[in-house]
Amino acid sequence: MGKYRLLVFLTVAAIFILSTLLAGCGRKPMDKHLRYSVGAEPQTVDPRKSTGSPEATIEAQIFEGLTALDRYDHPIPAAAQRWDISPDEMKYTFFLRESAKWSNGDPVTAKDFVFAWRSALDPNLASGYAYQLYYLKNGEAYNKGLATAEQIGVKAIDDHTLEVTLEKPTAYFLSLLAFHTYYPVHRSTAQSNEKWAAKVQTIIGNGPFKMTKWVHNSKIEFERNEYYWDAAKVKSNKLTFILTENSATELALFENGLIDMGNNPPISEISRLIKEDHLQIHPYLGTYFYCFNVTKPPFDDPKIRKAFSLVIDREAIIKNVVRGQQKAALGWVPFGLPDAKADDDFRLVGGDLLKDKDVETAKTLLSSAGYPDGQNLPPITLLYNTSESHKAVAEAIQEMWRKNLGVNVSLVNQEWKVFLSSRHRGDYQVSRHGWLGDYADPMTFLDMFTSDSGNNDAQYKNSDYDKLITLAKKTSNPTLRLQALHTAEKMLLDDAVIAPIYFYTQLTMVTPHVKGYTHSVLGVTYFKEAYLE
Amino acid sequence: MLPFIIRRIVSLCVVLFVIITMTFWLMHTIPGGPFTTEKSLPDSVLKNIEERYHLNDPLWKQYGDYLTNVLTGDLGPSFKYEARSVNDIIAESFPVSAELGIAAVLISLAVGIPAGIISALHRNRWPDYLAMFFSTIGISVPSFILATVLIYLFAIKLDWLPAALWEGPEYGILPALALAGLPTAFIARLMRSSMLDVMAQDYIRTARAKGLSSFTIVYRHALKNAVIPVVTYLGPLTAGILTGSFVVETIFSIPGLGRHFVTSIYNRDYTVILGITVFYSALLVLLNFLVDISYAFLDPRMSLNSSKED
Repeated sequence: MGKYRLLVFLTVAAIFILSTLLAGCGRKPMDKHLRYSVGAEPQTVDPRKSTGSPEATIEAQIFEGLTALDRYDHPIPAAAQRWDISPDEMKYTFFLRESAKWSNGDPVTAKDFVFAWRSALDPNLASGYAYQLYYLKNGEAYNKGLATAEQIGVKAIDDHTLEVTLEKPTAYFLSLLAFHTYYPVHRSTAQSNEKWAAKVQTIIGNGPFKMTKWVHNSKIEFERNEYYWDAAKVKSNKLTFILTENSATELALFENGLIDMGNNPPISEISRLIKEDHLQIHPYLGTYFYCFNVTKPPFDDPKIRKAFSLVIDREAIIKNVVRGQQKAALGWVPFGLPDAKADDDFRLVGGDLLKDKDVETAKTLLSSAGYPDGQNLPPITLLYNTSESHKAVAEAIQEMWRKNLGVNVSLVNQEWKVFLSSRHRGDYQVSRHGWLGDYADPMTFLDMFTSDSGNNDAQYKNSDYDKLITLAKKTSNPTLRLQALHTAEKMLLDDAVIAPIYFYTQLTMVTPHVKGYTHSVLGVTYFKEAYLE
Repeated sequence: MLPFIIRRIVSLCVVLFVIITMTFWLMHTIPGGPFTTEKSLPDSVLKNIEERYHLNDPLWKQYGDYLTNVLTGDLGPSFKYEARSVNDIIAESFPVSAELGIAAVLISLAVGIPAGIISALHRNRWPDYLAMFFSTIGISVPSFILATVLIYLFAIKLDWLPAALWEGPEYGILPALALAGLPTAFIARLMRSSMLDVMAQDYIRTARAKGLSSFTIVYRHALKNAVIPVVTYLGPLTAGILTGSFVVETIFSIPGLGRHFVTSIYNRDYTVILGITVFYSALLVLLNFLVDISYAFLDPRMSLNSSKED
């Protein structure tokens, strides 16, 4: 047995030595700079082509549009120092900063914008977000091959003057300009190298930071862009964005001190993170809702749709299921969007359009539709995309419908893309849905339910609704425009095309040392003035 | 030897052709495509995209084009990741998976084989019970649980090792351990039973009768035969570890190929799905081929030219 004592001794000794060695060196001491978990690997960082949310945040650090959004999401001068707007609001003249430079020292010129916008609309570039530029005169026509690039309403008067002509007056155009599809790109690089956005060496931007390293599916590193016109305000010399889509991993990295900040904490940990003062909650321009297929019985009857919507106890779902201090959605358009007077909030002006947990009205509606206590209703299926959190919400609502309306609804989940095709095709009765605004105007929520909209998964067709949206898109009178939008929203909820559930919030897991970052309601995080204390 | 190799290469080509064909048609039967998005694209925009990626061609033409490109070694562009080719993606991420996988295989061999031998030599005594206790745990605990426990213990509680990421050697320890858990346990059991078999054979008894030391008996005579089942298992194990590391790579946020293997299907990134399938199939065939060759060295009774004996 002596030999084995020795073996055991050696093993124990080895473990001991190894562990003290590891404990001694610990984790590699990192150079201290802000590390942020941005989400999944970006599909591209070409601002003309990207469509996702991590992409938008990455691009916001390395590019800058004519305008930027301030902390209240109002447009402020950025690459453009100032602008003139024609009285009919069709023509904008932008005066670019002469001090604005690309990260390689070249000046940012009006021609860079002209090139970027024209190429973003070029059918051969095949950008998924080309339609974000359909506001430009002939933008849509060119993208459809019906006009030439020169006919697009964007022109360089000289190196620092850009003239933009719109298809029709667009009240929120200045906000749109802060969106990434409107960023400039470095002309000679993009012209000579189709794959410029795939390699760090050729990614040239005009924003506060420049990209210095990109390890796919792992991390992106940025350094301060010394040529940036407002470089004096940039407080961090270095930033690292970690690319991971797993919320448990993000939490482990945070607790392990490998990141200072992340936007995707696991729901089960929210209360603890709040208690530990490690969670900040920002408003987010998005609505979580259930969408009725208005062509499928029994939801072809607005009374039934309304009953199903009214009976939902939104406060309970927020408090017990999603737990991120979301706001109960008693309208469709979320908080945080300007009304006719820019200081007014569209949601506050519109007020509550339905009552939360209105069981009595719901019951009355259901019996007046011919189904007292839910009797004789055809079988109903609720469709959602496979995910623990959507499942939890669906089960809560299934129970509310059962308890208060006496209806037994079955739940079906599908993998994300299968789900999307079912929903787009209208192959469902009631489906989970979520909508995030693209720009800071109620229109981004309301024009999706017009008869010809590709996003009208409810299959809702109402010519009065279409007319209101068309009117709001045409008029340059803000009072008239907002009135039309409010009426349209009310129509949508009176017809109960959708059952709004809650307005999203952005949960940011962050150490108290991180200062100066701003978070737009559009879901973009800006690190221009961020620093680690 | 040469006819054997030629036979294998021909069968590899046939296998790859069948795999490409099945994968191609299967993946096109799943609803949703690479450009199915939450915000549906206007028809004009979708048309431009489909034209750019030749998705509007009839399927048989896409299939034919793909086969032609594969023959030239071009696995096509990724639909999801702009301006990156499938060849790029494999070239960037496979070395990471390989590094992690090889570390895990080495750990499982270094721990599993001695554990199995010790168990067998001390059958039904405490070293055997101890080793089999841990191997039962190793086989029944899935890698994501093991990974979570390792992270909780060594990264969060003790703060000895990083919780995730891939930035240096110390970042590889926990994922390699998590990945090695199951194969270690399996190898220990395999080694134990095969060692028990071999130790009961006549030639071992002869060796004992000759008065050889038990060390010599185990290492000179028994081990070489007892390890053959483990070697057989190494081929599929290595391929399995390289392909099946999706969970571990996701949990530890490691930029390996295992993650693409699964996410490309969620993304309907057709070329990546096909490219990785082709790559892994070729790898699996190759590893099994190496295992077959290694038999010849371990046991001269097995011949490559005759049909395989079991």
